[in-house]
Amino acid sequence: MTEALPFPQDRTCPYQPPDGYQPLRDARPLSRVTLYNGRTAWVVTGHAETRALLTDPRLSADRQNPAFPSPAPRFESLRAVRTPLLGVDDPEHNTQRRMLIPSFSVKRVAALRPRIQEIVDRLLDAMEEQGPPAELVSAFALPVPSMVICSLLGVPYADHELFEELSRTLLQSVDPREVTEARDRLEDYFTGLVAHKREQPGDGLLDELIAERLETGEVGHRELVRMALLLLVAGHETTSNMLSLGTFTLLEHPEQYAALRADPSLLPDAVEELLRFLSIADGMVRVATEDIEVGGETIRADDGVIFSTSVVNRDDAAYDAPDTLDWQRSARHHVAFGFGVHQCLGQNLARAEMEIAFGALFARFPGLRLAVPAAEVPHKPGHTLQGLVELPVTW
Amino acid sequence: MKIDIDTSVCIGSGQCVLTAPGVFTQDDEGFSALLPGREDGAGDPLVREAARACPVQAITVTESP
Repeated sequence: MTEALPFPQDRTCPYQPPDGYQPLRDARPLSRVTLYNGRTAWVVTGHAETRALLTDPRLSADRQNPAFPSPAPRFESLRAVRTPLLGVDDPEHNTQRRMLIPSFSVKRVAALRPRIQEIVDRLLDAMEEQGPPAELVSAFALPVPSMVICSLLGVPYADHELFEELSRTLLQSVDPREVTEARDRLEDYFTGLVAHKREQPGDGLLDELIAERLETGEVGHRELVRMALLLLVAGHETTSNMLSLGTFTLLEHPEQYAALRADPSLLPDAVEELLRFLSIADGMVRVATEDIEVGGETIRADDGVIFSTSVVNRDDAAYDAPDTLDWQRSARHHVAFGFGVHQCLGQNLARAEMEIAFGALFARFPGLRLAVPAAEVPHKPGHTLQGLVELPVTW
Repeated sequence: MKIDIDTSVCIGSGQCVLTAPGVFTQDDEGFSALLPGREDGAGDPLVREAARACPVQAITVTESP
């Protein structure tokens, strides 16, 4: 057996899977990899196998399980606390998720569209007044989802510098102590906010949860604080990366970009294809609780199992010419939002934000282009959500 | 065609509504439901795609005898 490949690796081109993952692509549906701490784990790379395994109850999302793998140092810090929703299994997960499902339904998201449009338009107005040029991450890609999730949760956007910085540390720091400190500070922030809201209720989802779940004893205070923290972090970091990296990808694919500008009705399919193509959450993590046979291999109980979505979503058994960005294909069944019970709660909100934000950005600045050579646009390292650090544009 | 939805496992992802909006909807709780008058799938070929898109396999489609 050849030596296990290091995982995760940095992308070379920000919208392509890392060059170093070629052996993983050649060895579908799964491979052994070595993590930063020397431990080995499985990386699943086949599309069909991913769908089967992510619905398999023998894989656990319990991050407090001592055998849960750490693809990055921050996971060591997460081990100390019970992460609601994405870090627990059913039935605990199901109880928590059911409290939130109504607020993220297709209908509720449709009702939020005018508010999202208003936020997007206001940010584009500011960009137009001040530029060109502009730095698209700070001027648009980050504030759009940040303002939307604040509005939905009832979190004051005035506090955005604090929670954006702490979220960045939480997701990107390679120092577990720093991660723990950032999480503690975010928990303190939400503890204060919950106390304030109990005195002076607002009309956000957090207020609803306080009135209907906390006061009734259905959810504990600490659990609620951690749920709110998770919704805020997951609600802005993910979509922000899709907006920055999606825009960059379009600017690097002039033909597809022109087609999209010429026919905005392609937007929903384009968003789906960008989700597949970019796979920004490239590494969904589980631990096996029993032996599982898959692809001629045996995943043993206590083995770590990681799903590399960037490789899975380019499985040529599932997609023709998977490395081509193609609005005409049906990108349906991609696993960019995961699969199984943990599939992204906010996926329909994310879709709406992307459709509205991309549509309005390209309509407002038809001459949008990079302000620096593409190779100079800095992107994030492989151990965190994939996206751009900065995106200098002009028009 | 007979469509069964197991709302006890539904996680409200909305994949069914996105895939076959002519047949599926979500109730006030966010769970998958069938549109009134479309309970038999209305001959929509996307119903099977919707069942496949469901991340928790909550939708079962059986052909009527």
